[in-house]
Amino acid sequence: MSIRIHIENCDDSFPCPEGSNVLRAMECLGRRGIPVGCRGGGCGVCKVRVLAGEYRNETISRACVSVEEEAEGYSLACKLIPEGDLRLRVIGKMARSFDATRGGFHFYGTPSAASHRS
Amino acid sequence: MAMTGVLRPGHVALRVLDLEQAVHHYTEVVGLSEVARDAQGRVFLKAWDEADHHSVVLRQADEAGMDYMGWRVDSDATLDRLVAELEASPLATETTWIAAGEHPHTGRRFRFTIPTGHSMELYAHRDVTGCATGYLNPEPWPDGLKGMAPSRFDHCLLYGDDLDGTVELFTRILGFNLAEQVVAGPERLQIAAFLTCSNKAHDVAFIRQPMKNKFHHASFLLGSWNEVLKAADIISKKKVSLDLGPTRHGITRGETIYFFDPSGNRNEVFAGGYIWYPDKPTITWTDDQLGPAIFYHDRKLNEAFLSVVT
Repeated sequence: MSIRIHIENCDDSFPCPEGSNVLRAMECLGRRGIPVGCRGGGCGVCKVRVLAGEYRNETISRACVSVEEEAEGYSLACKLIPEGDLRLRVIGKMARSFDATRGGFHFYGTPSAASHRS
Repeated sequence: MAMTGVLRPGHVALRVLDLEQAVHHYTEVVGLSEVARDAQGRVFLKAWDEADHHSVVLRQADEAGMDYMGWRVDSDATLDRLVAELEASPLATETTWIAAGEHPHTGRRFRFTIPTGHSMELYAHRDVTGCATGYLNPEPWPDGLKGMAPSRFDHCLLYGDDLDGTVELFTRILGFNLAEQVVAGPERLQIAAFLTCSNKAHDVAFIRQPMKNKFHHASFLLGSWNEVLKAADIISKKKVSLDLGPTRHGITRGETIYFFDPSGNRNEVFAGGYIWYPDKPTITWTDDQLGPAIFYHDRKLNEAFLSVVT
């Protein structure tokens, strides 16, 4: 029985093969909901918070998820390996990086360890 | 005109989350050669046509990104002159000497922080261990190449806040020229600068955005568009994280493909471009044409390409 990933923000779910990370499972199915960046745990664009479920994390850049945040369930979908059904909230977002009407680049940056602590 | 002063980007030092995964990527996928490891655990690599001992440095860390970029200058006299000018300028901060030998086969390096927050180094000596084909009646390329097999490390693109200060430092003090720029809005605010110290369209480029010291990509030179297409095959064959391409840039005219190392640091391999001479006028792109300026074929802005950095 395959693992299901439920994304709270869009009330959508998709299956994840055992051993796969959440982002790869989403991309392979052509699904959306979590922004896709470097897929290497470095950029932070696919940041999520696990609300329920068992999982393990592969190595994540501390510039994106601090030790404290990781303990609170924050992760990056590209490094998040479910060990059962998961409920997630998407935290990361792809910045709207260029807006000609506003005269140039407006980077909001990757979600920092501090900026998404509630 | 002979090339003097700052000669070329000599090294880029990258932080990686897993050293052996990174070494595998940079040797088997990109196709660099590992040339040394040091007591700190750093790994030094080079491309096949580079004469100097190394050009890429990998260090395991808990954050991805770039530690610093190093610039080879033509002599100790130039190094001393430029260091004196940097020390006297408010544009260069956190100035420090790194002792000879801290990088293997490398002389003293002067490190400083530029207004966009990036660490840069100047050095005058690195042992010439030679390229893979040698210098006496050489063959055009060596046997045994792996992966994409670029001929050399070429440039970096970096993101930071004080673009004006960084451009001033590179042009007024280090003698770089502005090959191309992107300007935005009715005030024509400069939002991107492509700087050259050589005959290339860019040796380093900067984009204005609010965060200091961000790394967009390190780029390696291929010989042809066909090699860029073969790099695309390798990216799929080796299941590497693709960013985008193959395509062509309007800016610099390069034929290009972008992908990520296993820690999320972006790499580019590219071919083409043009030869830059000091009397070539600066090329200017306006923000209303930014789509084709960046990606000439699909002419659309790509948010992942523009906003994903380490």
